[in-house]
Amino acid sequence: MDLPPITNGFELVYQKPQTLTETPMHYCPGCGHGVVHRVLMEVIDEMGLQDRTIGVAPVGCSVFAYEYMNIDVQEAAHGRASAVATGIKRVLPDRVVFSYQGDGDLAAIGTAETIHTVNRGENILMLFINNGVYGMTGGQMAPTTLLGMKTTTSPYGRETSLAGYPLKITELLAQLPGSYYVTRQAAHTAAAVRKLKKAVQLSLQYQLLNKGTCFIEVVSNCPSGWKMTPTESNKWLEANMFPIYPLGDLKTPAQPMN
Amino acid sequence: MIRGKVTIAEEICKGCELCITACPQESLGLSDKINLKGYRYAVLIQDNCTGCINCALVCPDAAITVYRQKKPVKGVGPQVQIAA
Repeated sequence: MDLPPITNGFELVYQKPQTLTETPMHYCPGCGHGVVHRVLMEVIDEMGLQDRTIGVAPVGCSVFAYEYMNIDVQEAAHGRASAVATGIKRVLPDRVVFSYQGDGDLAAIGTAETIHTVNRGENILMLFINNGVYGMTGGQMAPTTLLGMKTTTSPYGRETSLAGYPLKITELLAQLPGSYYVTRQAAHTAAAVRKLKKAVQLSLQYQLLNKGTCFIEVVSNCPSGWKMTPTESNKWLEANMFPIYPLGDLKTPAQPMN
Repeated sequence: MIRGKVTIAEEICKGCELCITACPQESLGLSDKINLKGYRYAVLIQDNCTGCINCALVCPDAAITVYRQKKPVKGVGPQVQIAA
């Protein structure tokens, strides 16, 4: 990126972290993935972990995460990112390892891997982007789809008689003794992004101290899957997703679940 | 008032308008022109930016770079710019 020279009296206060590549992201306009990528890479840049971080990319919209992150990234089979991350961390315990998955990947096909990884207390960071639909394949119903939410496979809205209830996998994982830090964040406003960044910083610090699995859910939007403009989708997110998926820490070292 | 300014990578911007919503000063708007991808990109439409970086924080494509006017150092008096 060609930056203009810093003019007299002005100083640089914010720029794209150098841990993100120059490749333009393929995500739809307004997609939360880009924000989460950037926040994660900012933290890795600030903590100086670029040369010892290994990410695990999922299958889903963020399948090309390795194109944008200027770190080592391993692609995993659908749903198996946490299992691959387990292997990497066990072979190379001095590296910082994170898995990055969406809701269709982590909470549907990868439920078993996710639960057992957290139950074993693997010393990795798991990032879970929850937008309630399968975004990449065209907005089908996911386990985390809200009741009454219209998707291409639930055109009259999700019904409990047919499809059950939204899966709150983050609450589920907070119950497991292997998880050390479980939090739910968002990335739709500047304040939410700042909080998310703090959560990522904490998680990586815990990982460097070998504390156990850190799990961050990011409640995100999907303007294309929800058939809305990005601004509308963020308003819908606040009005409909947050009552079901309330933000905040579910499990912290100071307040472990009883 | 602290003055700031932003530069937006026109070819990276997808015109999602999230920065426009996030800006407390309403300094940003969409351009009249389109970029190579066919999107109207975000531009500064008012000269009242404070460099609060809210727009850059919500930008999904990391297209925004923010600059802020340097705070004058107390007790030194007006800073003199020496031409090179």
